[in-house]
Amino acid sequence: MCTYTTETASMDGSAKGPGGAWFHVTDATVYYDHPVHAMADHTLNIDLADPSRGPGARVALELTASSARELVTAIEAALAAVPRGLLT
Amino acid sequence: MSDTLSAATVTITGAGDDEVEAYLARPEGAQDAPSRGGVVVIHHMPGYDRATKEMVRRFAELGYDAICPNLYVREAPGADPDDAAAAARAQGGVPDDRLVGDVGGAAAYLRALGTSNGKVGVIGHCSGGRHAVLAACRLDLQAAVDCYGAFVTGEVPPERPITNLVDQLPHLSAPLLGLFGNEDTHPSPEEVDELEQILRDQGSAYEFHRYDDAGHALFTVDRPSYRVAAANDGWERIAAFFDTQLA
Repeated sequence: MCTYTTETASMDGSAKGPGGAWFHVTDATVYYDHPVHAMADHTLNIDLADPSRGPGARVALELTASSARELVTAIEAALAAVPRGLLT
Repeated sequence: MSDTLSAATVTITGAGDDEVEAYLARPEGAQDAPSRGGVVVIHHMPGYDRATKEMVRRFAELGYDAICPNLYVREAPGADPDDAAAAARAQGGVPDDRLVGDVGGAAAYLRALGTSNGKVGVIGHCSGGRHAVLAACRLDLQAAVDCYGAFVTGEVPPERPITNLVDQLPHLSAPLLGLFGNEDTHPSPEEVDELEQILRDQGSAYEFHRYDDAGHALFTVDRPSYRVAAANDGWERIAAFFDTQLA
């Protein structure tokens, strides 16, 4: 099914996108829905984008639900391991 | 029947009198005699993509003038289909009223062709299935095909940008062909039952086929959800339905 649900968040960072070029990322869109490429009926999809540069300025991820949870755990662990004072 | 056809990108007048890109496929043959019906193909949420355009050409091969409007052209003109779908989703998706306007513009384009017999059907898969039912409730159409559209009936969870179509179903203007997988959860068999009960109670013409060993997206040939037997039977049902309703 198409879930119609979409989470969004403002971002400040960079991603390597179309043509191998880095670009500034301003927006994240997160949704669980049909993937374009991954061999699954549904995946957790993440778009890291800069809409001001057009629809093609996007890095797309399609992760199985378990992979997405592993990614969340890994991100939280990486952030938790940062020495005090380094986080900005 | 000839399998020679032509296909091209055209511009239609959609909702709000906007110029909307559309993919048109037409059978070969006389182009000025009112001899055939038209089919509007509504693309699924992943976009105005190759698979949808293949369906448009298939309807031309079946003998119809067929067209698919790019529902995301406003958010992402000229973008790759997956990028356009992502951009449209990030901006809230396609409003129902805009969808109706774009399908209405596509139907008007088909009826203006010299070959048109005045009859137009609509078909959509997944989100397009709901859109096909919506269009048939709001526009003058002669046939509608809903391939596993979710949220036609049933409860729509909160914070979704859509509603179900229960309050609009009394206005259904066209016979409805519904094709569903029994292993689908959205729409679930119970939600399909609800739709069938409503159509039966209000005296609408409908024809439903439900497939075992099939879930959602059973027609999608490049995804794991593809079910050969169900899809083959479904295509035969679609061809027969349009042959009856659009003749």
